[in-house]
Amino acid sequence: MNPSIFELLGSALSGTLLDILPIILVLGFFQIVAIRKAIPHLKEKMIGLVLVVLGLGIFIVGLEQCVFPIGTQMAHQLTDLHFLAGNDAARVEVLRNSQYIEPGIYLWTYVFAFLIGFSTTLAEPALIAVAYKARDITTGAISAWGLRIAVALGVAGGVTLGVYRIVVGDPLHYYIATGYVFLLIQTWFAPKQIIPLAYDSGGVTTSTVTVPLIAALGIGLASSVPGRSPLIDGFGLIAFASLFPMFTVMAYAMITEKRTKRKEIDEQELKTNAI
Amino acid sequence: MDVFPIIVVIAFFQLAIIQKPFPHLSQTLVGILLVVIGLFIFILGLESALFPIGEKMANEFALKGNPWWIIFFGFALGFSTTIAEPALTVIAGKAGGLAAGAGAIENSENAIASFVLGLRFTVAFSVGLAIAIGVVRILKGWPLIWFIIGGYSLIVITTFFAPQEIIGIAYDSGGITTSTITVPLVTALGVGLATSIRGRNPMLDGFGLIALASLSPIIFVLGYGIFVYGAGGL
Repeated sequence: MNPSIFELLGSALSGTLLDILPIILVLGFFQIVAIRKAIPHLKEKMIGLVLVVLGLGIFIVGLEQCVFPIGTQMAHQLTDLHFLAGNDAARVEVLRNSQYIEPGIYLWTYVFAFLIGFSTTLAEPALIAVAYKARDITTGAISAWGLRIAVALGVAGGVTLGVYRIVVGDPLHYYIATGYVFLLIQTWFAPKQIIPLAYDSGGVTTSTVTVPLIAALGIGLASSVPGRSPLIDGFGLIAFASLFPMFTVMAYAMITEKRTKRKEIDEQELKTNAI
Repeated sequence: MDVFPIIVVIAFFQLAIIQKPFPHLSQTLVGILLVVIGLFIFILGLESALFPIGEKMANEFALKGNPWWIIFFGFALGFSTTIAEPALTVIAGKAGGLAAGAGAIENSENAIASFVLGLRFTVAFSVGLAIAIGVVRILKGWPLIWFIIGGYSLIVITTFFAPQEIIGIAYDSGGITTSTITVPLVTALGVGLATSIRGRNPMLDGFGLIALASLSPIIFVLGYGIFVYGAGGL
């Protein structure tokens, strides 16, 4: 369409190449020094790696073309004092000079944070990869979509609470430390099988798609809320987004476990009734 | 299908809340098309390269029987992918500006550059170490939860001594270190290892590497903050 897309594609491709280069070096080194065997299906794997780089490059260009500019612009518009005051110039002044801002006026920002956290997580390639792996191992007991939706709900809730924290200005570590306590309590009751996967899903969620959008939201918010510093309060949303999926994934596993148990009980009852 | 929710959310907010027409509609449509194609190609490559490579390596290492090679492999993989991670470079750069502004380090280009490099090495080392420890955990079959409880306790304790400026960055650094290419490879490695070793369960023992790799950078970055700023405290 225009040359700028091809330029962008070039830079994105070189970026992902830079990502994958250390991996190829490490893999090659260990293959030659430690394993000392020829790699089976080398050609097929090479083509696969090219596809990974190419796909990720195209994906990132697409994000930069459509999602990022609109998303960041939206984050700025929604947190703008003019928007919050309903274009009332006098109220803008009041808000700007006030020491305390009613957290309720950021309602649309919370809604936006929730929905954007949810929808970007569904498109996260790393999460898709882990969900496929989990589905294959459990032979479908954990469905890829179920896991992805559970994680996405977690990110959505986490980002929303994180946005609220920025508006209120509480210290980050109070929230995180409390979260850890609840997490350990929930771990006690969750099915043993799910625990490692649940803890993994915290780190998986925040990569290519989610981080840039969430970072823009945090920094936009921290620079527009009176009394917040973008450098101290703008960080921390990613921490929330990595913490909350652990809750929801464990909850998902607890619900599915309960459901299968109930099904078994129902079947048992059917049998006894038949007899 | 995967990106459809993003489109709905953005369209809803643009039209219903902000109430302005889309600024560059054709550009946006091309972008969405690229996202869909890119994701499709990526998943093709995932199934034909990243997963089989990770599993094959894990298999070979398990057959060799020398655990040191795979521990070393885990460290090298974690360290090398993190040191090149673009998101980490960005965050480290911001942290450098912050530290110079707060007067913790000299406000000169050299001092900031060495602070940023130190931070990146700290995080990369911590991720390498975490994956190496995670590999040992899979080999031994230790439950993940011990490591999680230990790690969280260390985080909470270290936070008490850490300067306030570093806390947000430290907690965020746990989430950004695991990139889109590293995650599938590391997952396949862990699951492959747990599948090849007798008595290990791929669900219970195979997952958990990413969890450790997102936990340890928090501790190490907090430690780095204490080292640079001096023990602050709250």
